[in-house]
Amino acid sequence: MNEVILIVGMFMVTFSVRYVLFAVAGRVHFPQWLNVALGFVPPAVLTAIIVPAVLMPRGELWLSPVNPWLLAAVFAAGLAFWRKDLLTTIVSGMLCFMVLRFAVGL
Amino acid sequence: MGMTDTQTHKTPQQEFLAGAKATFPLIVGAIPFGIIFGTLAEPSGLSVWGALAMSIIVFAGSAQFIALGLLAAGAAVPVIIATTLVVNLRHLLYAANLVPKVRHLPHRWRVMMAFGLTDETFAAVSNRYLTQDNIEHAHWFYLGSWLAMYGNWVLCTGLGIALGELFPDMTEWGLDFAMSVTFIGMVVPYLSSRPMWAAVIVAGFIAIATISLPHKLGLMVAAICGIAVGLSLHMLSQRAATVREETV
Repeated sequence: MNEVILIVGMFMVTFSVRYVLFAVAGRVHFPQWLNVALGFVPPAVLTAIIVPAVLMPRGELWLSPVNPWLLAAVFAAGLAFWRKDLLTTIVSGMLCFMVLRFAVGL
Repeated sequence: MGMTDTQTHKTPQQEFLAGAKATFPLIVGAIPFGIIFGTLAEPSGLSVWGALAMSIIVFAGSAQFIALGLLAAGAAVPVIIATTLVVNLRHLLYAANLVPKVRHLPHRWRVMMAFGLTDETFAAVSNRYLTQDNIEHAHWFYLGSWLAMYGNWVLCTGLGIALGELFPDMTEWGLDFAMSVTFIGMVVPYLSSRPMWAAVIVAGFIAIATISLPHKLGLMVAAICGIAVGLSLHMLSQRAATVREETV
């Protein structure tokens, strides 16, 4: 029963957040500065998720050359700049991480 | 924008397939993420059916992960729901970004699009809008992107539940790195101007500095600071450009 309430509740808040602006989409017009600001949204949000995940994989700051999360992230970012191909970045980044963790044993 | 006729007049079917195809690399990144969610469910105290239902009904990867963490820590249901709201507030920003592109669509389309508004579909769709200015059938591209993401997410959750029974120590493998590497691949193409670099650097620093804030609130604080810095630098460079024009 608790699970039903949990899932319905999570659905309601998630869908509301995603839907509210689409619901009134015909009636809202954003000023120019807001449109520019919105362009910064995806990279800023995603970076705010990535950086703690990579620098604090076990909950504490781990700024070290033997942090496999950090090493693989730097490798993946370099590859993304160089090859500009999403699939290459994701697959190679994941492989790099796996090698560091399980072959090298970091 | 100089586009050829073959590019500007795609059928709904072609758009649908193009949407699924453009989302494919992001799906590859979401596979380990979905599997690890499935494997984590039971140890965290969510039933097998609860985990599957959550992926089918809620469809919000990072919020679902955080919910598992909170469940395992014994948090109350209202706290988990409130955290979900905060963690998903970024989708409000995504929706705001897409409003100009969807306001002409019928209401039922907008309901459907809202349900499927994930980080990945937003990335694929906003790239579509950036590179092609014809939006006649672009909502089919959106549908293709989100159905591909959704099918994969539900499937991988099921797979993870099954694998979790087979390999109980899978949660220690670090498969959560898949999310980081996917997001890295999504951010890098944006980094083509100084304001964008500044926004990302500030967001990254603030995210670390605010990590101890409750309920993952630091995420929103970091994003807003990054956006504010990026916007300010953009405005300053615009102003500098107009001043230069006036003095010439």
